[in-house]
Amino acid sequence: MDQFNLEIISPEKSFLTKSDTEEVVIPAIEGYMGILKDHIPLISFLKPGIIDVRSKDETLNYYVDDGIVEFKDNTLSILTSNIFDLKEMDKNKVDKIVKDAEEGLKKENIKDHERYILDQKIEVLNSIKSN
Amino acid sequence: MPSLDDLRKRITSVKSTQKITKAMKMVAAAKLRKAQENAEKGRPYSEKMNNIILNLSAGVSDTQSAPKLLVGTGKEDVHLCVVLTSDRGLCGGFNSNIIKKAKNYFEKIQKEGKSLKIITVGSKGHDQLKRQYGKSIIENISFKESKNINYFDAAKVGNLIIEKFQNEEFDFCTIFFNKFKNVISQIPQAQQIIPLENENKDKDEKLESNYEFEPDEDEILSNLLPKNISTQIFKAMLENSASEQGSRMTAMDNATRNAGDLVDKLTIQYNRSRQAAITKELIEIISGAESL
Repeated sequence: MDQFNLEIISPEKSFLTKSDTEEVVIPAIEGYMGILKDHIPLISFLKPGIIDVRSKDETLNYYVDDGIVEFKDNTLSILTSNIFDLKEMDKNKVDKIVKDAEEGLKKENIKDHERYILDQKIEVLNSIKSN
Repeated sequence: MPSLDDLRKRITSVKSTQKITKAMKMVAAAKLRKAQENAEKGRPYSEKMNNIILNLSAGVSDTQSAPKLLVGTGKEDVHLCVVLTSDRGLCGGFNSNIIKKAKNYFEKIQKEGKSLKIITVGSKGHDQLKRQYGKSIIENISFKESKNINYFDAAKVGNLIIEKFQNEEFDFCTIFFNKFKNVISQIPQAQQIIPLENENKDKDEKLESNYEFEPDEDEILSNLLPKNISTQIFKAMLENSASEQGSRMTAMDNATRNAGDLVDKLTIQYNRSRQAAITKELIEIISGAESL
């Protein structure tokens, strides 16, 4: 399969750079989106979910809270301030984030948009836990 | 003429001061390396962010409906200045350079009859500004507790600014910080973040605008711009911390060298007076013997 470049950047550092990615599935705000080589230029947002990076010999999975995605000239850039490797997510960590999110949901003056994001977050995290 | 005892005491005290400045210099050097590394690692994020916004704003043609964070409120009455300084002293001209730059700007604004609001980040800046501009300071933030500079602290400042902007408390926002050039030179900078100033305006690059947007352009922009503010502040904080360590290192290096010079001078003085005392005693003995 054709390969393209992937860079995941967090404010603190370059989180990951790969040049042999074959397919990336991202949790875009309007639904999961698979990206292959020669995708048209794209800018989108992420909602809480799992990024699935597939290359020839490995598959990487990351959990993200939010982020911005740009695809241009066969380079996929993901800017995010909150990203964790799924392998390093243990139960306690997941529980803590879920608890925070649930607390956020309890607030009274919460907007619909925020509620949607938090609901998504809890759903994704619970699915991680059950795996 | 100080007595021998006094001189001896002074030499010891200068020597122990020298030890402290030397230790501080070495600590600063170690921290500098880390801060510099962090500043470099943080660059791709803010550059990428800038690029995306540039690409997006190129597509915005209608300034009426464009987000206010990008084009401004249309008024020019209230200026908000965010002054980023350090929490610790003993770093040479680091803080006073930022303050000087900021004060110049404040004067300019006040001369034009516009009102001024100040947010200080870091306690040193607050200390230096509160006497003259105490009334204009609306917020004083300090991150003394956080060991490292992290994005969440920057986001806190960013959110505060955005909140105030949405409440229409100001029209313009400028941040002041030191840009790290190298160890011996840090340049105080003023950067306007609201409305967004296009740094690469002169470059007539042809920007591709045939992006696919999801959701639509406006929504992305209005989501991205607040994030960009936090990012810019984070970048400024990183630059600032590298500059602070660099500035401290040079200052402490100078202090150590000056202490060394002082010790040399005092030692010579000490030896001279000791010799003078001996000679005086000898003369007294000889003249005493002669008179017998």
